[in-house]
Amino acid sequence: MHAKPAQFGLAQRTPRIPRGEWQLVLPLGALFLVFFVLPLGLLFLISLFSDASMTRLGLNQYVEMFSSALSVQILRDTLWLGVQSTVVCAVLGFPLALAYCRASPRWQPLLIFLIILPQLTSAVVRTFAWIVILGREGIVNSTLMQLGIIADPLSLLYTNFGVVLALAQIQLPLMVLPLINTLMRIEPNVIEASTVLGAGAFRTFWKITLPLSTPGLIAGSLLVFTTSVGAFVTQSVIGGGRLMYMPEYIYQLSIGAQNWPFAAAMTMFLLVTVLLTVVLFTWLGRKSMKHVEA
Amino acid sequence: MDRMEQRAFDAVVRVLAGIALLILTAPTVIVIITSFTDGNTLKFPPSSYSLRWYVELLESTQLQRVTIRSLWIAAIATLVATVLGTAAALAIARSKAGWARALDALFMSPLIVPWIAIGLSILMFLNLMGVPLSPFTLIAGHVIICIPFVMRTTIASLLQLPASLLESSASLGAGKFYSFRRITLPLISRGIGAGAFLSFIASFDNVPISLFLADARSQVLPIRMWQMLQADLDVRVASISAVLIVLTLIVMTVMERMVGLSRQMVR
Repeated sequence: MHAKPAQFGLAQRTPRIPRGEWQLVLPLGALFLVFFVLPLGLLFLISLFSDASMTRLGLNQYVEMFSSALSVQILRDTLWLGVQSTVVCAVLGFPLALAYCRASPRWQPLLIFLIILPQLTSAVVRTFAWIVILGREGIVNSTLMQLGIIADPLSLLYTNFGVVLALAQIQLPLMVLPLINTLMRIEPNVIEASTVLGAGAFRTFWKITLPLSTPGLIAGSLLVFTTSVGAFVTQSVIGGGRLMYMPEYIYQLSIGAQNWPFAAAMTMFLLVTVLLTVVLFTWLGRKSMKHVEA
Repeated sequence: MDRMEQRAFDAVVRVLAGIALLILTAPTVIVIITSFTDGNTLKFPPSSYSLRWYVELLESTQLQRVTIRSLWIAAIATLVATVLGTAAALAIARSKAGWARALDALFMSPLIVPWIAIGLSILMFLNLMGVPLSPFTLIAGHVIICIPFVMRTTIASLLQLPASLLESSASLGAGKFYSFRRITLPLISRGIGAGAFLSFIASFDNVPISLFLADARSQVLPIRMWQMLQADLDVRVASISAVLIVLTLIVMTVMERMVGLSRQMVR
């Protein structure tokens, strides 16, 4: 970025672009050090104590976590929940993003409004809505009973299906927005060329549209997965007492049982999972970028 | 043949997109309808309608107090996050240096790190340091999760700023601060505005941080609502929710006009 030579010799010294002063980062850096970096470091240290009163060091918490049937099940259920909600969001979000990009400019503002509004509504409010929908007297049960399909109300709340559905609604915008962003950048001629050359619509989608939009798909999946495994409110309210996932278990261990080392070890597992997901998806993203460029 | 395939493809896209839109919007509509119920349960559709749950809201001073406190906390957290975030964005946006990229990743990481981990670790840290919980520690926790929202839109708008403008300003003898105030700030204000709005929402709706950092004296609205959902389904949650949805709708429309919110969120 070289400055163009000044005309008329007004400024002999090449004007420098006033760069942001690096010192401006200090206040935020200090805040992050005290309220983010140090606490997370301490969390790791606490996870290394073998007893709840924190007197002896050892890896007991991690051994306990991977050997107790309850905690292994919670870890597995939480990760599986993340995978399920990511897949649902991708399967529903991709068509929605495609529909948005094809919609006439008159409809686009309304569509984007409908996509963004839920994301800006409180997670508690959205979770509450699903209680109304899935509850014993909710719309699903009353419709099915009126149609005579079922005699007694189904219990849809406190089921894995209910949690996945509620999570899908809450996380869908996180998938759709990055997808719209990448889909809008694909040259329409590429898709036209494919159709002109005789590739069918499905083939064009699999061979052209999908590969070209992988960066958006990866960015969206990363956000959906990481927020789904950490979604405290939806998991605890729709899951109820019957289903337990990592965030609520961590809350009960730390605040209820006051077992800090075990809660810390569980949180470390959640953090490492998320970190590994980021590494995996970034790697996939790089690969797909090369693929796109090639 | 191709025609038929194209039609089949369009039909699949339309059906799935329709389901997605239904899942996205139905809950909002259903909450608003439920809030006008006359009954004591969350039966849908309600058997008869009334405004009784809105009257209950007007009479519940405790809920109002909690709401006002939440608004204050979100406002202060947003103000702090916007000032610190914009300053940091100015420092790192155009830099390609390793330290700047590393800090960028650090400041964006609360978007990915589970908030429950952030809340719990701050609580443990304060506890071992002997610092009691207060509105200040709660706000500090909120600022951490607000920062990515501010930084993302602010950095994006800084990167779109034409360097030539700042060059000419500097070559005409404008000082750094003057250039910032007269050129940079007006041009990135839409990005800052959108970031501040998203950050306000993130703080106002937050449960996982407040769960650990809010003590009995500084209870906030989302926690109160979460407790109301956990205990027995209090129908007042429906009327609070409807009020929140309508307020969000209004502010969102205003922000769309003022800063082009949707374009900033797609980016």
